[in-house]
Amino acid sequence: MNLAPHLPALQVVVPLLAAPLTVLLRRRSVAFAVALAASWVALAIAVALWLRVAEGGTISYAIGNWPAPWGIEYRVDALSAFVLVLVTGIAALVLPYSRASIEAEVPPQKHYLFYTMFALCLAGLLGITITGDAFNTFVFLEISSLSIYVLIALGRDRRALLAAYQYLIMGTIGATFIVIGIGLLYLMTGTLNLADMGRRLAAVQGTRPVLAALAFLTVGLSLKLALFPLHQWLPNAYAFAPSAVSAFIAATATKVAVYVLLRFYYSVFGESAVFARLPMQEAMLLLALAGIFVASTVAIFQTDLKRLFAYSSVGQIGYIILGLSFDSTSGLTATIVHLFNHGVTKGAIFLLLGGVALVTGGTSLARIQGLGKRMPLTSFGIVLCGLSLIGIPGTAGFVSKWYLIRAAFEKGQWWLAFLIVASSLLAAAYVWRFVEAAYFREPRKDLTEGAKVPRSMAIPSGLLVATVVYFGLDTSFTVGSAAQAAALLLGGLR
Amino acid sequence: MRHDVILRVIAKLLIPFILLFALYVQFHGDFGPGGGFQAGVILAAAVIFYGLIYGLADARKLVPEAVVESMMAIGVLIYGGVGVAGLLLGGNYLDYFVLDPNPVHGQHRGIFWVEVGVAVTVSGVMLKIFYMFADRGRVDE
Repeated sequence: MNLAPHLPALQVVVPLLAAPLTVLLRRRSVAFAVALAASWVALAIAVALWLRVAEGGTISYAIGNWPAPWGIEYRVDALSAFVLVLVTGIAALVLPYSRASIEAEVPPQKHYLFYTMFALCLAGLLGITITGDAFNTFVFLEISSLSIYVLIALGRDRRALLAAYQYLIMGTIGATFIVIGIGLLYLMTGTLNLADMGRRLAAVQGTRPVLAALAFLTVGLSLKLALFPLHQWLPNAYAFAPSAVSAFIAATATKVAVYVLLRFYYSVFGESAVFARLPMQEAMLLLALAGIFVASTVAIFQTDLKRLFAYSSVGQIGYIILGLSFDSTSGLTATIVHLFNHGVTKGAIFLLLGGVALVTGGTSLARIQGLGKRMPLTSFGIVLCGLSLIGIPGTAGFVSKWYLIRAAFEKGQWWLAFLIVASSLLAAAYVWRFVEAAYFREPRKDLTEGAKVPRSMAIPSGLLVATVVYFGLDTSFTVGSAAQAAALLLGGLR
Repeated sequence: MRHDVILRVIAKLLIPFILLFALYVQFHGDFGPGGGFQAGVILAAAVIFYGLIYGLADARKLVPEAVVESMMAIGVLIYGGVGVAGLLLGGNYLDYFVLDPNPVHGQHRGIFWVEVGVAVTVSGVMLKIFYMFADRGRVDE
């Protein structure tokens, strides 16, 4: 039997079936092994799919052998393959990390359920990315969201429950909007297959239900991807979730929502419908800039590092949407590259902060004073990732900013390029808050001596920091894939 | 409800029929209204009914917590397993056509097991929810 043609299905099925297995096996070490194996297999499948797409173009897979417009189609193209690699890559690093991390943060009797939820969340995120069916997208969105609510609620702090509840309310409103949008599209086209929908929508373009669908989907997805001012759920969710969860969702969940937005804008509605006939460009530009400046400014005044970097995430999502608002190939490339680069950077930061929380017992700026002496490598890693957030050459963040500024110049909007550079100063300011506390303050006396970050946490964090630097130097994978994906979205290559 | 003889006797009389009805809804789902979800709920309702009349402790003895938790997982595995069986028999994931030499029978066989999986998980989840809510704030008798 040859499994190669079934890789698109297995990409989702492996983590999806790992989840109930972890419940059945119960023993936390066994559950950990199952989840770890699933995440690594998922990474291998994602890489194999990416290679195949790079060679032979889009892959289509008919679930249940029902052909495409009727049955559920799994569709891997340049964009989804790229996002699959990001999600599985982060999961494959966060899982080995999570074992020691949740040991300290989650009661032991809940450990196996942590792995269940993690595997479910992974399956959901991968399903959203790979499916070519609108309703299937919604179902997987719910799977991933529900498991994320649970994962956040596992946080040690009692406020984690409130944060999860807040996210549940906001996320459910978002999901409702999304399903209303999909329902309206189904009403107008009679199909749920995304590609088919895109084709049929041409005949009814500009009618009121289609505009309403666009509005519902935009607002719903903006909630999910935490576009300013719909980001209220994000800071608490990131701050109070267990460290491993913060790292995973910060790096993947909002990015996958951006992917869905791109998918609907370009593959379903078509860029002319979204950008030419409606003032979407201006709206997106305004929200993105507001997000960048407001959230980055708020980040400067935070007293807790996890919250600080959570607000920074809202700002960075602003850059992702800013690229989208240019409605040009280089703008879209910047969006897709930054989706990846920011995912890697934020993932690395939250992994490192998990180590900090383990050693110092917290991530407030007061608690981490003198961290540079106490944990030199970790502090250095956070500074490196901070440089990536600012956009210093040699880090992944620089590459994204470079393409953003290029896109701005292409449009002749030099003032926008100036604003992008100016906003980097805000990022520098909030990163400086960490540097100041870690390097220019005396270490606290009550820091537990001898506590060390276990190797199983240090290695994944280190690897992810290394990728931040690596993708700042060698951009052939990131920019290459992103440019291809952007060309695919804009060229209407379906 | 130790002394409510009528309730206890009626419950004992009704529960077998509720269970039978659950099986009917389950297996007649191909041809009439019903299916795994409804059957699973009815199945769980029988146990919940038992729990209401005879007490939570007895219900727990009948269907222990560990069984409930396994049911939630096993149902999903059955459902997913049907898909994997399709793969192993040379079809696509969730391909029922290859489950039997006759493709129409294959469709029957596929949906049969999928519905079994749904019923197992749904009744497991319903019972879990019932146990969790019934447990809240209880010092236990």
